[in-house]
Amino acid sequence: MTAVAAHTDHHDDHHHAPHGLKRWLFSTNHKDIGTLYLWFSFAMFMVGGLMALVIRAELMYPGLQVVDPEFFNQMTTVHGLVMVFGAVMPATVGLANWMIPLMIGAPDMALPRMNNWSFWILPFAFTILISSVLMSAFGEGNPSAPNFGWTFYAPLSTKYGPASTDLFILSVHMMGISSIMGAINVIVTVLNMRAPGMTMMKMPLFVWTWLITAFLLVAVMPVLAGAVTMMLTDRHFGTSFFNAAGGGDPVLFQHIFWFFGHPEVYIMILPSFGIVSAIIPTFARKHLFGYASMVYATASIALLSFVVWAHHMFTVGMPLAGTLFFMYMTMLISVPTGVKVFNWVATMWRGSLTFELPMKWALAFVVLFTCGGLSGLMLAMTPVDFQYHDTYFVVAHFHYVLVSGAIFSIFAAAYYWLPKWSGVMPNKFLGELHFWNSLLSVNLLFFPMHFVGLAGMPRRYADYALQFADYNYWVSIGAFWFGLSQLIFVLVCVLCAMKKGEKAPAAPWEGAEGLEWTVPSPAPFHTFDTPPVVK
Amino acid sequence: MSEQGLEQRNQRTVRKLVLGAIAMFGFAFAMVPIYDVLCDITGLNGKTSSTAADGVVELDEDRLITVQFVTVASEGMPWDFKPQVRSVKVHPGEITQVNFTVRNPADSTIIGQAIPSVTPGLAAPHLLKTQCFCFNNQTLAAGGEAEMPMIFYLDPALPKHINTITLSYTMFDVTERVMANEDKLAAR
Repeated sequence: MTAVAAHTDHHDDHHHAPHGLKRWLFSTNHKDIGTLYLWFSFAMFMVGGLMALVIRAELMYPGLQVVDPEFFNQMTTVHGLVMVFGAVMPATVGLANWMIPLMIGAPDMALPRMNNWSFWILPFAFTILISSVLMSAFGEGNPSAPNFGWTFYAPLSTKYGPASTDLFILSVHMMGISSIMGAINVIVTVLNMRAPGMTMMKMPLFVWTWLITAFLLVAVMPVLAGAVTMMLTDRHFGTSFFNAAGGGDPVLFQHIFWFFGHPEVYIMILPSFGIVSAIIPTFARKHLFGYASMVYATASIALLSFVVWAHHMFTVGMPLAGTLFFMYMTMLISVPTGVKVFNWVATMWRGSLTFELPMKWALAFVVLFTCGGLSGLMLAMTPVDFQYHDTYFVVAHFHYVLVSGAIFSIFAAAYYWLPKWSGVMPNKFLGELHFWNSLLSVNLLFFPMHFVGLAGMPRRYADYALQFADYNYWVSIGAFWFGLSQLIFVLVCVLCAMKKGEKAPAAPWEGAEGLEWTVPSPAPFHTFDTPPVVK
Repeated sequence: MSEQGLEQRNQRTVRKLVLGAIAMFGFAFAMVPIYDVLCDITGLNGKTSSTAADGVVELDEDRLITVQFVTVASEGMPWDFKPQVRSVKVHPGEITQVNFTVRNPADSTIIGQAIPSVTPGLAAPHLLKTQCFCFNNQTLAAGGEAEMPMIFYLDPALPKHINTITLSYTMFDVTERVMANEDKLAAR
């Protein structure tokens, strides 16, 4: 990023700006909406985490002690749904809302009112979903919440799904609409509202990765909407998309779902790549190595993500030609991903490194995400996937890339940009406590899963064979340790929100470049009302 | 860069993206016939044709293929459903009849629909039937029994590496579905 002439704003002329409930309910301000998304995603992370703890409490010892298997299945299902659609995705959207206009020198997002609606749909969507869990736990007759896994395969979800499945379908439609609108907003903003002089190839990588993520969202969220609509009509309107008795095909569901589902996991990780690409150069005091190749690699990953979906279906009865194609394509995706990892390392090479909290989280991301990528490569190979499919090996893989990957990068982003959002530095002692406890516990939690998976422990089971007991015990210890560690982060965020901490300058991180560091900390309500000139 | 110029450009981009989203929604539904067409062409989902073949074909005496029969009653379908023989050895081109028996032990009339599936999938387009109970619904009164014929042949273009074929039938209870359709037709 080259030098910039910034225009700091006057934030005293807002006597008529709304306060209190109206401010948050009716906000069209990208910073406020970003804040709403981030707090919402944090709350959902806690809710999903609670469900994970119910799962781990049951799996801590062999036998059935804590919940019955029907409720256990509801926990695994809703844990997945809440984490994917309620924690990771809204968090990345929140970061996009806060940072993209600041990074490109725009006054706000292109469609501020639609932005408000994009957010406010979510609390309603999740109230609907979580209410089915509360009904199941405490309601009369304990009617089952969705219990078919977050991937809701038909006919389990259509013919045999509980009544709450229809609520689930409504909830998914709402989340989908929210994501699609948010993505449209990002694309229009990035394409049309960059400050003069900011060409596409001068944009920060976080903006690039979010632009590409947004295209993925617009392409595949409607496919998810199609899939759940077909579910709805199969359930209630006499269609047989997935019902063999009527001439349909359950395998068709899997194709349609995973055509959405695979790009979805890239939607969850691409913003993380952008975050890490912002943080590492800052704390290495060196420009990102290979900016152009990072852009091309991200675009390649996104394109390739459309042609690998059946690697989730290797055991479904696909002929050799199909499995070979998907195996080769999946292995191919590791190439641009590897390019990115090498570029992060090369950025650090001969850099002037310091290890403040954002850098710690970012480095943990690089190492642990790579671990997750390696187990993914193992899963990509069809003949061995026949052993790993639906075992804890898969669970280990996706938790490494999503928890020690995506979630860690979101923590990195929070520690990095909290000074800008709140005006105070996050509490260093608490942050270090949060980091080290999370790092150690996340590995205790997920690494042993590789071994029990390879040894044959199936996933989505409420119980297991005795030989898996020891490892499961330690996994559960890790889970509770990890869960408790996140309470430290609650404290960090609350202290920042209450402005309790060391006052942050406009640019608290020495090596940081980018337009966001040219505005005061905390960022004024309106920024870049006059666009900066980017040389 | 004018205010209205920006607003116009934004609206144009929004329109394109919304159209794209709607198109992808349509694509999800389009995947259903695309899937059927691809499966039909390649036979990859093991589905055999649901219409009768004409039976005009040459006999290939050099190959002998084992065709095995598996029958399953779907969950909640009480019928006894069995083939009279578990397997036959046929030459490609040879027209063979195999009979299946069904019995309805329940105390009400049930309408069944048999859905076939062939393994290996590549053999499916080459297993042709001139007559099959799977082409239609089968109605059985309470306690009723029936013998259902299936006449088939293997077309000589069957890939050379295939020597054993398994034909599996799953019998589904479609009574409600058929009744609902008839009610709809009667109501017109």
